[in-house]
Amino acid sequence: MQRKLLFGILPFTAINVLFAQKSVPPANKQKSIENGKTIYLQRCLACHQADGGGVPHLNAPLDGATAVVADDKGKLIRIVLKGMSERVEIDGEYYGNNMASHADLKDQQIADVLTYIRNSWTNKASAVSVAEVKAIRAKIK
Amino acid sequence: MKKLFYYGSFVMMFSFVTTANANVSDSLKLASPGKVVADADNAGLKLPNGFGALKVAEGVGSARHLTVTSQGDIYIKLGRINKGVGNLRLIDSDGDGKADKTIGFGNYGGTGIAIKNGYLYASSDEEVFRYKLNEKNEVINPESPEKIITGLISRREHESKSIVLDNNGYIYVNIGAFSNSCQEVDRAKGSMGRMPCPVLDSAGGIWRFKADKLNQTYGDGKRYATGLRNVVGLDWNQQLNQLFVMQHGRDQLHDIFPDLYDVNANAELPAETMYALKDGSNAGWPYVYYDPAQKKKILAPEYGGDGKKEGGKDAIDPVMAFPAHLAPDGLLFYTGNMFPERYKNGAFIAFHGSWNRAPLPQEGYYVAFVPFENGKPTGKWEIFANGFSGQEVVTSTRGAAHRPCGLAQGPDGSLYVSDDSKGTIYRIIYNGK
Repeated sequence: MQRKLLFGILPFTAINVLFAQKSVPPANKQKSIENGKTIYLQRCLACHQADGGGVPHLNAPLDGATAVVADDKGKLIRIVLKGMSERVEIDGEYYGNNMASHADLKDQQIADVLTYIRNSWTNKASAVSVAEVKAIRAKIK
Repeated sequence: MKKLFYYGSFVMMFSFVTTANANVSDSLKLASPGKVVADADNAGLKLPNGFGALKVAEGVGSARHLTVTSQGDIYIKLGRINKGVGNLRLIDSDGDGKADKTIGFGNYGGTGIAIKNGYLYASSDEEVFRYKLNEKNEVINPESPEKIITGLISRREHESKSIVLDNNGYIYVNIGAFSNSCQEVDRAKGSMGRMPCPVLDSAGGIWRFKADKLNQTYGDGKRYATGLRNVVGLDWNQQLNQLFVMQHGRDQLHDIFPDLYDVNANAELPAETMYALKDGSNAGWPYVYYDPAQKKKILAPEYGGDGKKEGGKDAIDPVMAFPAHLAPDGLLFYTGNMFPERYKNGAFIAFHGSWNRAPLPQEGYYVAFVPFENGKPTGKWEIFANGFSGQEVVTSTRGAAHRPCGLAQGPDGSLYVSDDSKGTIYRIIYNGK
């Protein structure tokens, strides 16, 4: 239904992007989670662990972390694209290890892995769309 | 047999008293005033025959290193400020082994703590302080310590400053490398190593300072040993009059060089290593790592290594190699008389427990022992105290209930272990014959 609507307004690309940012259809979200898991196992698991728990004091947890499930997804996308090497407090704790940039991942892959971590373990949050990743990548270039 | 009977009758008496009295620690005092007895479950630890353990205290905060006075008081350095203080003194006034009074002081977190020649030394992640002690080893002016060392590098990674003192008026401070393997971009896939590694100018080694001079910084001290990625556990071996350290080996060989190392190789490489250091020793980081299977110093892939090429001709070999990623956070040479003869002068090592073995199960989370004679290991390492994690298999680091960090020896020869996860202080005693 929603897709039809989007197709209908396809010529109006500005509006199209706006819609894409607002919501990802449930079926797409599920597919994104599945694809995202593969990326997670390859790129994230070593540090953030199988249960998303991270490592106390060294690697930040993803499960239950405020920044991971936040409505503002920009911060999360930026961390994946730029890595993390600042001393920042995350839910009352500091983490020592640097995180490398994963900018070599495609926009779709970043959207998938972030949708996966936002919907795994105890996390329940909206999907991250390709358009959202694209928009942030354009900003930081 | 007799021992079993005695133990059985004690347990019966214990359970009788506890049903009559709701306060367990009070009832223990009634049952055996002034006598230290193991907890009925040995504080949840698995120990060799004849050993027992008790929880001296619980929930004290992130208990990093600790030291015990000749009166039996325990000084603890907290990693983070807890309830406004970063240092604790636990007192057991009735001698039942359970701390019944806590005094806190100092507004900084850190790791290192040690007593030498009438002073308590304690470190933050940038500075080292000392406090004058009275004849009962109590801190005289808890709010006005002398600042011995200042301005040490602390850049998130490997920031803890462990300390130990020798018998010649020097204090040794670990300054961990603010990097995993000195890559152009830390922990980035395929990023190569910087040559020469600039981190080594101010970190990645042990620095020596005067134990009694105020406000020293890099220029006043000396880089005593280099090529050590990160040392948390260290001790002064009194038999050899020599510094021994435990290095945390590098992480992420697979993540950074997936074509050279698969996840299994990553889990087993490189060794965690024990070194006996001399003035000017170089342990080889970041240019080499120690492969425990090949028993060789291997050129790091960041510097052109392929997992086989050797390197580090000018670097020392370890005294002993341990499995990868176990995170040795405490080292103690046992000089007490309580434990059986084979433990005398041997090394206890507190392994904090791994994270970089995933997706394989994690390892460590125990206290190991290495028998020594005349300053040389006489056998393989063995697990001494296990069960801290509360799990058969640890699959995720945060799932471990307790994580051993610091080690200390009590005046009676008891071995103390701190846990920086839940703040439990363990005391291990020997009651066999």
